[in-house]
Amino acid sequence: MLEIKDLKAEVDGKEILKGLNLKVNAGEVHAIMGPNGSGKSSLSKVIAGHPSYSVTGGQMLYDINFEPKDISEMDPDERAKEGIFLAFQYPVEVPGVSNFNFLMTSFNSILEHQGSEPLTEEEFRNYLNKKMNIISLRPDFLERGVNSGFSGGEKKKNEILQMAVLAPRLSILDETDSGLDIDALKVVSEGVNKIKSKNNAIVLITHYQRLLDYIKPDFIHVLYQGRIVKTGGPELALELEKNGYDGFLQ
Amino acid sequence: MENKKTASAGPLQEDYAYKYGFETQIESDAVQKGLNEDIIRLISTKKEEPSWMLDYRLKAFRHWQTMKEPQWSGLKYPTIDFQDICYYSAPKKKEGPKSLDELDPELIKTFEKLGIPLGEQKRISGVAVDVVFDSVSVATTHNEELDKVGVVFCSISEAIKTHPDLVKKYLGSIVPYADNFYAALNAAVFTDGSFCYIPKGVRCPIDLSTYFRINAKETGQFERTLLIADEGSYVNYLEGCTAPQRDENQLHAAVVELIALENAEIKYSTVQNWYSGDKEGRGGIYNFVTKRGKCAGKKSKISWTQVESGSSITWKYPSVILQGDESEGSFYSVALTHDMMQADTGTKMIHIGKNTKSTIISKGISVDKSSNAYRGQVKIMPSAENARNYSQCDSMLVGSKSSAHTYPYIDVKNKTAHIEHEATTSRISEDQIFYLQSRGLNMEKSISMLVNGFCKDVFKQLPLEFSVEAVKLIEMKLENSVG
Repeated sequence: MLEIKDLKAEVDGKEILKGLNLKVNAGEVHAIMGPNGSGKSSLSKVIAGHPSYSVTGGQMLYDINFEPKDISEMDPDERAKEGIFLAFQYPVEVPGVSNFNFLMTSFNSILEHQGSEPLTEEEFRNYLNKKMNIISLRPDFLERGVNSGFSGGEKKKNEILQMAVLAPRLSILDETDSGLDIDALKVVSEGVNKIKSKNNAIVLITHYQRLLDYIKPDFIHVLYQGRIVKTGGPELALELEKNGYDGFLQ
Repeated sequence: MENKKTASAGPLQEDYAYKYGFETQIESDAVQKGLNEDIIRLISTKKEEPSWMLDYRLKAFRHWQTMKEPQWSGLKYPTIDFQDICYYSAPKKKEGPKSLDELDPELIKTFEKLGIPLGEQKRISGVAVDVVFDSVSVATTHNEELDKVGVVFCSISEAIKTHPDLVKKYLGSIVPYADNFYAALNAAVFTDGSFCYIPKGVRCPIDLSTYFRINAKETGQFERTLLIADEGSYVNYLEGCTAPQRDENQLHAAVVELIALENAEIKYSTVQNWYSGDKEGRGGIYNFVTKRGKCAGKKSKISWTQVESGSSITWKYPSVILQGDESEGSFYSVALTHDMMQADTGTKMIHIGKNTKSTIISKGISVDKSSNAYRGQVKIMPSAENARNYSQCDSMLVGSKSSAHTYPYIDVKNKTAHIEHEATTSRISEDQIFYLQSRGLNMEKSISMLVNGFCKDVFKQLPLEFSVEAVKLIEMKLENSVG
């Protein structure tokens, strides 16, 4: 589904990704771990198309209509319409725009891109009600402004709800576990597990093994200085947890 | 804000930018350009006015000649040659009683294109409309529901003849001709506008609306609106305006006066979409308007809601004089400027009565090279015990060349007053846009969603259909200027 080949990217003239390779297939869960500043969050932003980052080398091949296509030059909204979703580490507040309106506008713009008729408000409300079972949120959630005045946990839950509603093929979860207490972590993880299927792929970006107790990865990659330096199975996370990145990278 | 794409501003796109920019080909009856006592007499004669009306106009004109154009706003525009403007232009009409069936089909078509159906069958339900085309009111949709409860809704020209006592009593009582340069000019040459009287205890069963259209070239529009809400009455009033796209500037200098007697409530909403000029700032309407309401009676309420999205220059401060005890005034405003537009708008809340309350919510959005200012005054007179005011003035900048200014004047002469003022200026951040884009919304849609969210507190004050219209209008304006 996604094949990143020798990807190089920079922000503000500084090279952050220095020849990164990664292959993700449908139905897989990948975890990307690494110390602070290794380029984990940058990788997620580059895949989603953040305008501050520019790709200076390599390719990001993503399947569009069953054909691998380099998405490096696509606008972020075009990538989103093709099923790429980034759950933000720091979700942005959009005051005055209700969650309902936001979700419906996003959903319909993706639907329209796929050539389907947009849903009416009533149809969307029915669809949304089903998705709301995946993750529990306050009853007044839908009428409130997007992320405005939300607690850290609520913001992260909102990201997972958006993921459930938009049903992406490739989801990148950028430190979704950060700042969550154990209860919220469980809720968020259960949500992700319900969304997970053999047709979609999930990339978890995290510092800690903790998240991986709840969402079981198939592969673990260690990112260091802009490159993936080691790939392995779930056991790799335990090893990292035990020895730390320093011990591991020596 | 960083932006990789640049929108091409081809002629097609500009046409799309202002879909009301067309001109109606219609024969008109106009007086020659220029302003002097003879022209004023001619206008008065054409309108078959009583002599007291002509006297009023002449007094205003003589006073106007002693006045100077206001300079304090800092708006930049070439000197207006008041002798180079036509002060009266009316579509030629057939003889006989005015009825909608006899209206020129071109006019009916024009207003249909503008989304104001005048035909009997297509009329918007729940709203009575007075349409003003250049200098005259061409039609008022007649409504039995209004007759039943005794609401008077007609053109001001008609009211001068049919309700002279009310007009004499209230015209110029809130905005005297000596008030300011443009108010004096308006009093001298106003040609039409709407008149409305809501009798005691009547809750106006439908919304009232006036639609202003400037069509003729080199013609100024000077309309006058007078709205009186008698004791315990209620009315919801809507106003819309558009004009053809022209390279020359045109002057629009209106006066609106509202009077709310004891326990009466007036809600006045405007969506102003005059032609705003092209990308280089050529053409567009100079919108120099004086709007003021008086809460004359105890517990009366006046609320101004405005969406100012057009005109090359807007100079407008809808105000409320809070004379009655426990009266309430409010001002909700969204002003969007783009390209080379300049807006200087705000309000005055003059607290005179005891326990009076005012609320000001102003949202300014500046795009491109435009300049957007909030200018407001809160004045608490010595008699206004326990007056309260809450003001919130937020500015949003889109792009790096636009500017926003806030000039709040607070003048308190009574120590019991409670005044709160909040102001913010923000810029749409790249991260906000990226967040929305990563959810499948394109750049334009993302920006308009952010702007609409920013304006929500004002839009929710508008009647539903107007609010939907306002959201669409802002989206359309942004789509064409943000790229």
